[in-house]
Parts: sequence; structure tokens; C-alpha cells
Amino acid sequence: MTVTDGKDELETQFAQWREHVRRRPEMVESDADELEDHLRNSVDELAGLGLDRDEAFLVAVKRMGGLDELSREFAREHSERLWKQLMFTEDDPAKKNRSRRDLIAMLVCAFGAAVSIKIPELWNADGHFYQKNAALFALPWVAGFLMWRRRTTGWVPGLLVGLFGLGAVVANAYPTGDDGQSEGLIVSHLPLALWMVVGLAYVSDDLRSARRRMDFVRFTGEWFVYLVLMLLGGGVLTVFLYAIFEAVGMSPDTFISEWLVPCGVVAATVVGAWLVEVKQGVIENIAPVLTRLFTPLFTVALLAYLVVIGWGGRGIDIDRSALITFDLLLAVVLGLLLYSQSARDPLAPRGPFDVMQLVLVVSALVIDALVLWAMAGRILEYGMTQNNVTAIGQNIVLLANLAGAAWLLLTFVRRRTGFAAVERWQTAYLPVFGLWFWIVVLILPPVFRFD
Amino acid sequence: MRVTKDLVAASATPIVLGILAEGDSYGYALLRRISDLSGGELDWTEGFLYPLLHRLERLGHVEAYWHAATGERRRKYYRITRQGLAELAEQKRQWQTVVEALTQVWPLLIPQEGTA
Repeated sequence: MTVTDGKDELETQFAQWREHVRRRPEMVESDADELEDHLRNSVDELAGLGLDRDEAFLVAVKRMGGLDELSREFAREHSERLWKQLMFTEDDPAKKNRSRRDLIAMLVCAFGAAVSIKIPELWNADGHFYQKNAALFALPWVAGFLMWRRRTTGWVPGLLVGLFGLGAVVANAYPTGDDGQSEGLIVSHLPLALWMVVGLAYVSDDLRSARRRMDFVRFTGEWFVYLVLMLLGGGVLTVFLYAIFEAVGMSPDTFISEWLVPCGVVAATVVGAWLVEVKQGVIENIAPVLTRLFTPLFTVALLAYLVVIGWGGRGIDIDRSALITFDLLLAVVLGLLLYSQSARDPLAPRGPFDVMQLVLVVSALVIDALVLWAMAGRILEYGMTQNNVTAIGQNIVLLANLAGAAWLLLTFVRRRTGFAAVERWQTAYLPVFGLWFWIVVLILPPVFRFD
Repeated sequence: MRVTKDLVAASATPIVLGILAEGDSYGYALLRRISDLSGGELDWTEGFLYPLLHRLERLGHVEAYWHAATGERRRKYYRITRQGLAELAEQKRQWQTVVEALTQVWPLLIPQEGTA
């Protein structure tokens, strides 16, 4: 071994040691710097006493004592670090700069969203207009923010503009009657269709990557959680606004209902996206935690439901709203499945939780088969309506997904495949959802003559 | 001879502040100096010294800065603040009281210093 080799090796050892220090949440970058300097001083001194530098490194590390003990001592002084902190305490100037630019871009987009939702009022837009268009004032800004962060170029931005434009056409140019089925479906499905467009923006830096698509699933869950939390906070703010302004004899009614709520909600969608983007990994993701909690509960509930049906011989009395309920049930089961899988270590061996997921999916499938059976009779009786077609189509899209997932979970639990196949199935299926949502808003209304 | 944990803990702040009052220093040099001052009897660990320094920094008794002396690595130096000097004076007063009391209780032990 030459001298330079030894030196390089020592540097690698320093780097590895540093890596170990950095993995401790109690110690931050500057602590690692400080301790590394200490270690180097120790090595220098020991080498001065005649030790080989490699040996000196070992002795110095040994002297410093175990990292466990060291980090325990650090934790006693810096307990706040265990409550991981959000973006505002960045040491590295390059990262700091980047997070500041993110912040500015977010503020611009959030402000843009808040302003854009008020513009149509200049032309006296009414409630119907806003019902159909609401998502168009929020999601393009979210997509814009994501594309800004990913420096998206090429054909993707054009495609996104086109799709959002198409959404605007569907919402405004389709001659749907007020309160018709078409209008109801556009109101409920256009946001979902547009969210898939946001997904396109999210994965725009690597369109084919399964990992990125799974990231988008995670992003969706976290974004939703943040949005709900922000809306709760907004609710508290509203209550206080009412209380304090009424105490001085003013009613903030108009301000709250016409400015605070609409502008706040669309801005919150952008802020939520920003929070999820910057805090990735800083805070434990909450959606998977929720799914962990609720998977067993839903499994038990569905099994109980099956037992009741089987024992009492009750048929499911089905009408459209019941069918929608069961659609939602499938969506929830899919969500539970997706989010616990999104947080799962793909290399971990199968465990009892995987078996429980299998039971959950299979019982949902059985229930859904019963529902479809009952529904078939209803359609024969009343014929097809747009709502029926949508509800059944939705059901079939979800059913196919869950059936595939159940099959792959089964082979995984029986140790025939790795977990990666289960994950790949879900990420490959995402575009199917996108396609279906767009069919509902774009194609079904003309087919049913905008009834 | 080992100095008990309680005594180490109680004396740590005045010792560190006292050394820093002589001039700015960094962690490794502080440990060496403390070891020298006590003839090797006070053997602080890194897990003891660095959190202590960070605590003194948080309390405002010392301030830290990164500096690379010519021909040396970039290091985190600690400097005693005005508030730290006041704290040191206060600690000195308290320790003086303790030492005076001890000299009276142990008249034979303490004056023998230096003859051993």
C-alpha cells in the first residue's frame, strides 16, 4: 500500500464516521464538523506519539466513546432537535438559498391562486360557475409550483396547459343544464381529473419512474392531511374573527364568506404542496400512520358486515346512493392499501400486516361482488343513466385494481414474488385512474346528451 | 483517584469559563488544558464537554464562531461574553466561600498543598 492510499483510506474512514454521526437526529451538521475536528486533533496527537495513522484513528474513535452515549449526552442539551424542525433552520447556504427561492415561488403561486379566484367576479360569476370551476383556480397553481421546482421543460408544460384548458372547456363550454346529472358529475370528477394532471406535473422530471409515481401517491396523502389541518386552523381563525369584530359592533360576514374563505382555500392548496415538498422526510409522514391505525379496524368492520350478510341471508338493498357508498368504500380500502404500501420497506419480509391487508382487500372484493350482483338487476329494470354508468364504471376500475392487488398480495404472502411487484402494479395502474376520470368529465356528458 | 460525578458537574462551568477568560479556545484544546491543569485527574469525555459548551452558548455565557487559523483546519472556537465574565465572577465568589469554609474545617490538609 502506498502512502497516498493510506491517506485516502483514512479520509474514507473519517467520512464514514461522519456519516454515522449525521444519522443521529440529536446531532446537526455543525456538531459533526466540531466532533470531526476533535477526532482529527486526537489522531494528529496520537500520530505524533509514533502511532500509525490508521491505528491512531481507531484509538481516537475508541477514546471518544460510543456514539450512543455521545448522542444521549447531546440529546440532553438539545432535546428540541428530536422534534425535527421545519425548513427555517438550514445551515448550508446553498440549501438555504434554495429554500428561500421555494418560499418565494410558493408565495407567488398562492397569491396568484387567491387573486385568480376573485377575477371572474368582475363579470358577476355566480355560484354555479364557481362550483364547476373551483379546482381550476387552485390546481393549475399547484402544478405550476411543482413544475417550477422541477425545472420542467420540453413538451410537458404544453401538455399541462392543454389539459387545464380542456378542463376549462368541459366546465364552461359544455351545455349542461343546472342540476342535471352531467353537471353533478363534472363538479365531482373534474377536480379528480385535474389532480391527475397535477400528478403529471409532479412526475414530470421522470415520467416513467415507478418510484416517482409512488412519491406522487405519498404526496397526495400528505397534501390532503395538510390541507385538512390548514382548513381546521382557518376555521379557528374565522371563529375568532367573528367573535372579536362583533364585539366592536362590526359584522365580518361578507369579508369572511367572499374573501377569506375562497382565497384562503385556494391559497392553502399551494401552501400544502409547498409544505409537503420542503418537509419531505423531516417529519414522519402522517398518512401511513393513519392507515396503519385504521387497516385493522376496517378489516374487522368489513368481516363483521360479511358475517351479517351471510348469517342473516340479507340481500343488499341497492340504490344509486348505496352504490356510491360502496364505491367510496372501495376507494377507502384502496387508500388504506396504497398508503401503508407507500411507507413500506420494499425489502422487508412478509409480516402479519400483509396478511391483514390481504384479508381486507378480499373482504372488500366479496362485498363489492354482491353489490354489483344487486346492481345488475337494477340496471335491467331502469335502464342506463349517466350516474349509473359512472358509478358502475368507477366500481369496475376500482375492482380491477383491487383484484390485481389481492392476487399479487396473495403471491407475495405465499412467498412467490417480492413486494416490488405489488408496488409496480399500483404505480402502473395510476394512469388508468387518470384516464377514467377524464372519460367521466369529457366523454360521458356528450354521450348522454348533457342530460 | 477519581473525582466524583457531582463534583465534576459543579466545577465544570467555572473551569471552562475560567479557561476561556484567558483567551478563545476550541473543544480539543479545552480538554487538553483541563487534563493538564488537573494532572490528568479530570478526564472529561467529549460527550460531557461539547453539550456543556453548547449549553453555555445557549445561556449566552459564551459565543461560538468558526475560524481557520493560518495553516490549520477550520475550527469552532468559543469566546467568553460579558455575561459569561459576570457569571465567572459570581462562580468565583461562591467557590471562594466553599474553599474558605473547607480550609477552616480541614486546617491541616489544605495548607500542605505544594509539599506533597
